[in-house]
Amino acid sequence: VKRVCLTALLLLLIAPAASLAAACPKTSLADVEDEVMCPVCGVPLGLATEAPQANRERAFIQREVEACKSKQQIKNELVAQFGDRVLALPPQKGFNFVAYLVPALVVLGGVAAVTAVALRRRRRSDERSPGASTPALAGDDAARLEADLERYDL
Amino acid sequence: MVSPLPLAVGVAVIALVALLVYGVSSTGPSRTLDGQLARGQKPAAPALDLTTLDTGAKRSLADYKGKVVLLNVWASWCVPCREESPLLQRWHQRMEPQGGTVLGVDTLDIKGDALDFIKKYKLTYPQLNDREGTSIKRLGTAQYPETFLIDRQGRVVALQRGPVDDAWMKQHVAPLLQQS
Repeated sequence: VKRVCLTALLLLLIAPAASLAAACPKTSLADVEDEVMCPVCGVPLGLATEAPQANRERAFIQREVEACKSKQQIKNELVAQFGDRVLALPPQKGFNFVAYLVPALVVLGGVAAVTAVALRRRRRSDERSPGASTPALAGDDAARLEADLERYDL
Repeated sequence: MVSPLPLAVGVAVIALVALLVYGVSSTGPSRTLDGQLARGQKPAAPALDLTTLDTGAKRSLADYKGKVVLLNVWASWCVPCREESPLLQRWHQRMEPQGGTVLGVDTLDIKGDALDFIKKYKLTYPQLNDREGTSIKRLGTAQYPETFLIDRQGRVVALQRGPVDDAWMKQHVAPLLQQS
């Protein structure tokens, strides 16, 4: 009985720690690193390998990872420290909106240009051969074709 | 008549180039202050909207008008800032009884690291924070540390882009403290 009680007690102690270990860490330095900037260097943190500020930022992220914070929580903490400019993708407001608008406009413009070129080419080809798309048959050929088709008409 | 398609492509290319030029030109530091000082002018210090580093309370450079202010822009990750700090602390102790102060402005830094830095180097002068480094852009700051000497009338009278040394302090700060 004593041994059973001891085992049960041990299981009770180990179970919460094991579940905590399974849930933590929620993210990794590498996962956060490619979505944030090194504000002083002006490049994504992953590319700023030697800069002292980047190393401090990495140490900060690592501490947050070890404190079991999620990627979004860590990004929020970084914004609280450095402001919005720490985010690789800026928030969709003010002049930052241009970062989202320009690629969308370029894609739309590209699609419109391709469509316009395609329509123009089609129109030109139609202008060159108005009416049927295949040449008309001469009188004899047409009669012969008609007769052949009738022969196979069941 | 010009075809609308090449015209639209041309306009789009010009717009993109203009956007690129704006982006590049707006990121470069301003050197207006340097030019004015070189011409012997004493330009008014720009209005800086900052917060205190520890509590986050709002502060402005105007709050220090009437004092000789040695505004030092720093960050805890900046190696020359570490070497410069003991000198600034010594000069703050010298300036304070004569109506002057060193004013630290920490920027682009992790608050905990900045507070550790202040504790480590036993800095007693007031410390403000420019979280995103936007306010200090009005001073043309692009490297760390940078130091700006502001007289009692709120005018910039000298600046140093890079660490200051004792000779610079003697040359610029000491005479200003004598002036009322």
